Amino acid sequence: MSLYFGERQRQLTLADKLRSVSWGLMLLLCVIGAIGCAVLYSAANGNMQPWAMASMIRFSVSLVMLLVVAVVDIKFWYRASYPLYILGLILLVLVDFKGTRGLGAQRWLTLGPLSLQPSEIMKIGLIMALARYFSARKLEEVGRFVYLLPPMMMVALPAALVMKQPDLGTAMMLGMSATCMFFIAGVRIWVFAVGFMGLAGMVPIAWRFMKAYQKQRILTFLNPQADSLGAGYHLMQSEIALGSGGFWGKGFLQGTQSHLDFLPEKQTDFIFTMFAEEFGMVGGLVLLALYALVIIYGFAIGLRSRNQYGKLLALGLACNLFLYVFINIAMVMGVLPVVGVPLPLISYGGTAMLTLMFGFGLMISVYIHRDTRLNRRGESEG
Amino acid sequence: MRSQRKNDKDRQKALTRRAVVMGGVQVTLLGGLAARMYYLQVVSASKYKVMAEQNRINVRLISPQRGRILDRYGVALATSQRNYRIVIVAEQAADIPSTLDAIGMLVPLNQQQKTRVIRDIGRRHAFVPVVVLENLTWDQVARIEVNLVDLPGVSIDVGSNRFYPYASKVSHVVGYVAPVSEDELNGDPMLELPDFRIGKSGIEKDQDLALRGSAGTSEIEVNALGRVVREITRDEGQPGQEIATTIDMALQDYTMRRIADQESVAVVLMDALTGEVLVMASSPAYDDNAFTHGISNELWHDLITDPHAPLNNKTIQGVYPPGSTFKPVTGMAALSNGIITPDFKVLCTGQLKLGDAVFHCWKHGGHGTLDLHGGYKNSCDIYFYEVARRTGIDRIAAMAHKLGFGQPTGIDIPNERPGLIPTAEWKKKKYGVSWQTGETFNAGIGQGYISVTPLQLCTMLARLVTNKQVIPHLVRQQGVMRPPGVASADQPGSGPGVTNASAVIGGLGDGDDGTASEDATDGGDGGGDGDDIGFADLGCDPAQLAAVLSGMNAVVNEPGGTAYRARIMDPAMAMGGKSGTAQVKHITMAEREHGLRNPESLPWADRDHALFIAFAPVSAPRYVTAVVVEHGIGGSVVAAPIARDLLVQCQKRDPAHKVPADPVAIIPWTPPPVLGKDGKPVRSTAAATPPDGNAEIPD
Repeated sequence: MSLYFGERQRQLTLADKLRSVSWGLMLLLCVIGAIGCAVLYSAANGNMQPWAMASMIRFSVSLVMLLVVAVVDIKFWYRASYPLYILGLILLVLVDFKGTRGLGAQRWLTLGPLSLQPSEIMKIGLIMALARYFSARKLEEVGRFVYLLPPMMMVALPAALVMKQPDLGTAMMLGMSATCMFFIAGVRIWVFAVGFMGLAGMVPIAWRFMKAYQKQRILTFLNPQADSLGAGYHLMQSEIALGSGGFWGKGFLQGTQSHLDFLPEKQTDFIFTMFAEEFGMVGGLVLLALYALVIIYGFAIGLRSRNQYGKLLALGLACNLFLYVFINIAMVMGVLPVVGVPLPLISYGGTAMLTLMFGFGLMISVYIHRDTRLNRRGESEG
Repeated sequence: MRSQRKNDKDRQKALTRRAVVMGGVQVTLLGGLAARMYYLQVVSASKYKVMAEQNRINVRLISPQRGRILDRYGVALATSQRNYRIVIVAEQAADIPSTLDAIGMLVPLNQQQKTRVIRDIGRRHAFVPVVVLENLTWDQVARIEVNLVDLPGVSIDVGSNRFYPYASKVSHVVGYVAPVSEDELNGDPMLELPDFRIGKSGIEKDQDLALRGSAGTSEIEVNALGRVVREITRDEGQPGQEIATTIDMALQDYTMRRIADQESVAVVLMDALTGEVLVMASSPAYDDNAFTHGISNELWHDLITDPHAPLNNKTIQGVYPPGSTFKPVTGMAALSNGIITPDFKVLCTGQLKLGDAVFHCWKHGGHGTLDLHGGYKNSCDIYFYEVARRTGIDRIAAMAHKLGFGQPTGIDIPNERPGLIPTAEWKKKKYGVSWQTGETFNAGIGQGYISVTPLQLCTMLARLVTNKQVIPHLVRQQGVMRPPGVASADQPGSGPGVTNASAVIGGLGDGDDGTASEDATDGGDGGGDGDDIGFADLGCDPAQLAAVLSGMNAVVNEPGGTAYRARIMDPAMAMGGKSGTAQVKHITMAEREHGLRNPESLPWADRDHALFIAFAPVSAPRYVTAVVVEHGIGGSVVAAPIARDLLVQCQKRDPAHKVPADPVAIIPWTPPPVLGKDGKPVRSTAAATPPDGNAEIPD
């Protein structure tokens, strides 16, 4: 312990913490948030109502929450990982009984004045739980299959609950971000190979259990022209809107396809289409670059952290962000089937915004507490 | 502790490695997205831009205003009338039934109409206007307008209706429009407009494309539900061209009144020099306004079952045996082939034997010895039997074709019938039997197989007096019309208006010897207005034409001529002509032996047709007319006075040279006194009673 004097742990004051917040990341988030408000303003044909104002307020509120989360000691989050995960699990079970139906699925839980989407909370909860689990495992342990069973259960439980809502998209998101965590944590490649083959084997079985609309979405994805007035309509219209935007776009508030209601769900899942229609490929690439920078920040923070929990957490959150961005944009561009995945910080949606900002808060917390060392019980070492 | 550290180091190395791999995968995938973005937004951008435009821009057609149809002086024969209608937009209206009740308080609206409106609203989008009531009077429009404040969603809309001010006076020329039928749809979206009307007959049909104009477009932006967001561009389109016809509406109107006392008549009056049809009258007629909104079944049934066929334009669709009006053709055929000269003489004894058959002259006792002049003047059948026998059917047919028979004249309205001029070959082909000489006899006097239209008769006469291959036409001008008054001054060129024939017979009116006057002019005006539109020469010998026309002059202007009583007293206006009475029913031997039957006692449909063709003035023939009174019995008695009155009025107006001060002035007509043989007026309406009792009617 005396070998590491130079990196002596010291108690950080609140001022220290605030000073070491990664303001570059904060700035990126604010830029993306502002773009989101502008696009929602356009989606309402140049009105703050009903989406832009609400989104702005949510963003401001969650920005404060982000800072609070960021300055809370990483040890607290380490210890809170499992309880949060359990809470998410409970909410998911509750939503099955008391949830509100939206778009053919039970996803919403009303708690007083708040409507929550427990599946969104679970996305963060799962990453935290997995980060904690793997940070406590030695590399050899991670290489052994027995030690993989608990985290597999951690993924399977919420995924099954979400699937039951039914929300295939979120279930897959959970599965994929968990897979990223497994990968980063050092799980052997053959496990992934076996897992992938197992999944492939399950596809025919899963197909039988899928709801009609889920099957339809996949069929539509495979051949959108077959049903251009029905389910393929959204995808066709999305591609038309994007394509007609061209290189420079049609200009702010000038997106004809979105404003004339040809574009479905333009304030939520298809918001990128609307953005790219109005701002063209230039705008689309800029937004993509902004997300890429945030992801890079996440990777940098993860690699810079000196504790395994922080590393896994930051990398997991960065991967989660990547998945959001990639799946949403790939979906509206007709590369992936239409699944309900919002565009981070831009799509209209309260819970998603809060959980994402919570995640970024955790990321910054990892950054602020990058030099903290944690033992298995979440206590400072040395 | 040290192993712990080492362990941590390994773990961190593994994690870093994995993180780098993960980062690489993510960069690749994001790069893929960028590539896809490039493909969609740059490579395929133009394709998607087109699709986007199609998505949002809905092109609506605007019906063009249909062009007017005018007479030669610009009097409107067909025009478009504003049609004011009440429309309701359901989504803006408070409560449909109560709104309709409120409208019903202001204008008559019955329960059936209300039910229809509610049904229409139910079938359409709530933002589509639905017509409540059409063809509002100005008073009704005003009443609705005043109350619009209390009628949300209700508005007054202006449509357009075809309107024919003269209705049945000129309906066969103008024709009518009606909603487009299924088999007329040709892919032109304009035809699919709900209130589009298409020309179905007459000028409306022939000139339909010009009258239509081109549809305007209104590009409107619609949303995914089809609701109009805004209008982007509006192109009013081209209104249809105006069509000036050659018709002189005042004369046409006069003619329709003049023939109103006959059951079924066809009259054509032409400017022989230009082929312009001044009057084309077919009676009975129909009201073309009845078709604009789709004709009712009962009315349609009445029209098509009427034995007088009011829908038919008899001047081009009625085919009749020409009777003696065909004799000029027989004469010209013989003359031009050198078979006879005007001096050729035939003895008429009242009958002519051919084998076992006996052919009769219309005059029981015969005419004695006649030359060509006398043959025409008396309309002697025996004379023309002999001429026809010598000439042969094929030469007669050739001359008939040359003069315009046996084929459509080519007038610019549809459904013209060709008529029939038989030849030996034709008969062999059709019946497999050889041509008989007796049939040549019949053909020579315009009976038998021969059938012609009144317009062909008129055209024949126009060709005889001009020695040109005159083709009649009804369309005078297309496009934007000049104001009335300069109608004849704008014709291009001023070619020679004088024709050989008219020059040759010029001055006939001064004496009745019929000799040609070498120094005749066209009266100083015929060529001045340059109406020569360059018909090809007919190629007849002017002297021979003069011989025929002088015979026709004698018919009217020489005492004893078959139409002497119908002559025009003013020598400057004198007409020449030829009467014809066409047998509808064969006269049996039994009937002939009982003495000639009283034609009045026959059923209408069995009575002979009365025909008369005439030209005027004889000094410089310009106007030619053909009158066919179906089952009118006597050509010289019934048809000739009509031709006379018409030619008198026509020459007074003289549309070839003058522009009337008031083109629409109504030409008065009261049944005129009939002149006796001495030229003094006798008691009127003698036309009804043949002058010689029931014996002989001059063909």
